[in-house]
Amino acid sequence: MSIYALFNNLPALLVVVPLLLSPIAALIPSGRLAWVTALLGNGISVIAAMLLCSVTASGIRITYFLGNWPPPWGIEFVVDDATSLTAMVMAALAFLATLFAGRALASEIAAKDVGKAYAAWLLACGGLYGLLMTADAFNLFVFLEISALASVILIALGAGQDRRALIAAYNYLVIGAVGATFYVIGVGFIYAVTGSLNMADLAQRIPDVEAGSIIYVGFGFMVAGMLVKAAVFPVHIWLPAAYSYAPSAVSTLLAAIATKAAIYVLARIIFTVFGGVPEVTALALEWVVVPLSIAGIFVGTIMAIYERDIKKMLAFSSIAQIGYITLGIGIATGAGIAAGFIHIGNHALIKGGLFMAVGGIFLATGARVSVDSMAGIGRKMPVTATAFLICGLSLIGLPLTAGFISKLYLVRALLDNQNLLIVGLVLASSALSVVYLWKIVEVMWVRPAQVDVMEISERPALYIPLWVVAISNIWLGLDAGWLVGAAEAAAASLLGAGG
Amino acid sequence: MNDAPLAVVLAENWNYLVVITLMMSGLFIVISRSNLVKKLVGLSIFQTSVFLFYISVGKVAGGTAPIITGDPDTLYSNPLPHVLILTAIVVGVATTALGLALVLRVHAAFGSIEEDEVLAMKAEDGLPLLRRVAGGEDGE
Repeated sequence: MSIYALFNNLPALLVVVPLLLSPIAALIPSGRLAWVTALLGNGISVIAAMLLCSVTASGIRITYFLGNWPPPWGIEFVVDDATSLTAMVMAALAFLATLFAGRALASEIAAKDVGKAYAAWLLACGGLYGLLMTADAFNLFVFLEISALASVILIALGAGQDRRALIAAYNYLVIGAVGATFYVIGVGFIYAVTGSLNMADLAQRIPDVEAGSIIYVGFGFMVAGMLVKAAVFPVHIWLPAAYSYAPSAVSTLLAAIATKAAIYVLARIIFTVFGGVPEVTALALEWVVVPLSIAGIFVGTIMAIYERDIKKMLAFSSIAQIGYITLGIGIATGAGIAAGFIHIGNHALIKGGLFMAVGGIFLATGARVSVDSMAGIGRKMPVTATAFLICGLSLIGLPLTAGFISKLYLVRALLDNQNLLIVGLVLASSALSVVYLWKIVEVMWVRPAQVDVMEISERPALYIPLWVVAISNIWLGLDAGWLVGAAEAAAASLLGAGG
Repeated sequence: MNDAPLAVVLAENWNYLVVITLMMSGLFIVISRSNLVKKLVGLSIFQTSVFLFYISVGKVAGGTAPIITGDPDTLYSNPLPHVLILTAIVVGVATTALGLALVLRVHAAFGSIEEDEVLAMKAEDGLPLLRRVAGGEDGE
């Protein structure tokens, strides 16, 4: 009975467990025990996400009524292939980031803040899972703000190392709140003409609405709000500062999972909620999402080339990588959306690994990691540097790495669509990304170490999660069957739900 | 309603004019001010305009407060948008509170709450202040 009940409540558990453990972590005086609590919460999330994946893989779409109130009155959680894949990627990376945080967070922030930091950490994770699960347009806003406020707290904790983290956190708070409010305005318009908030219900009612212009307005506000949260160019300005001044472990967590949830919601809005009015969504996809993605790919890559600070360079590269994901989703074919979801998974692995490696180097050398301070690191810290190299090659998209699979499927989807110009641009931007990564690789192995860098010891607590990520990058490059299959199922379920 | 002159339409929907005015002024303050507290004031105005928008949408002409009267002919206003906004107000309060807390920290670390002045400073200036923030009240 109890096992059966647990299984039935799986979608809710994924969200509720981190949220419930959060106040417990805040009350625990020992930072170590708070970390164990966070690890427990994220471990349970991984198991729940795996179980959800196995259920949706057998073709079942899970619906869960909170408090047993059936929709459209109650709030509904829906788990389909797209949800379970994103949840799996996010839960796995969040768990690895938590593992990494055990040592990293404790060395970067004041001891008395560690417990509270894990409380915010769990809140952020719970909020992001909620974002994936919920099928209620307004409930989505609440989860959006839970995760955003918790992320702001986590970013601000970087002030112990660099006070500019405070400004980064403030800007994220204000820009994020404006984005979320845009989303709420859009929901208000749609609610005014349909009288519903449930996504499936909305999808049915929207095509019948006579006042078509209100649909355009509502859709525009909702998409604009989510573009801010997903840090799509040109509303990405909060991201570089936020990722680079946050503590290493927080950068890892946010880079790996935070924007992914927003991109998932964007796909949900476009294909599920507004799937019945393709003339509205096609306008946004062709004239907004695709051009902005391409612009973002180039701006992000070029900014990364000129940046000397490694964390900021990786953050700019994130903007380019988000561009690849939204480009795939923007071309709106089954193959394109699948390519987008493949890159959601692969980019989480790549960027999670790179931020972990930089975090490891920062903790070992004790100084902000810039291109110059990485001189000789390849020989001083071979374990960390090799993992950095693997993730870096994966970022460029070299064959045998996960990044190659992403590029392959994206280019293939674009070729199906006869977008030769865009194919050329994607390949050119990949070539450009070699420039900034090669700069680091050269400095790490070729240039001699700085004199003041003495003996550096590498800590297993930091490089074990890093190597798990690095090996996954290679493994998914060699055997991408599961990810590709899951992403194609995700694309089919997104397109099918609206059609 | 569509046949009526524009002035009449606007006069009948004056509450939406209030919403638009507040929304635009709030957003303008957020974008144009460099004082971090004023930015938060703008953000609050912006969010409040959305609350008014929802409440206006939920009002049914001639409807009464949604409390059961027992009379089946009673016309009720829609209570759902009001409840949603109750949630949004809570979110707004949390956002403002967190924002103000951050401004306090910014003031302690930089000695200024003007964004342009703060951005002009480098990380290294005033490091002792920084340690005070990181170490808490005991100021190790």
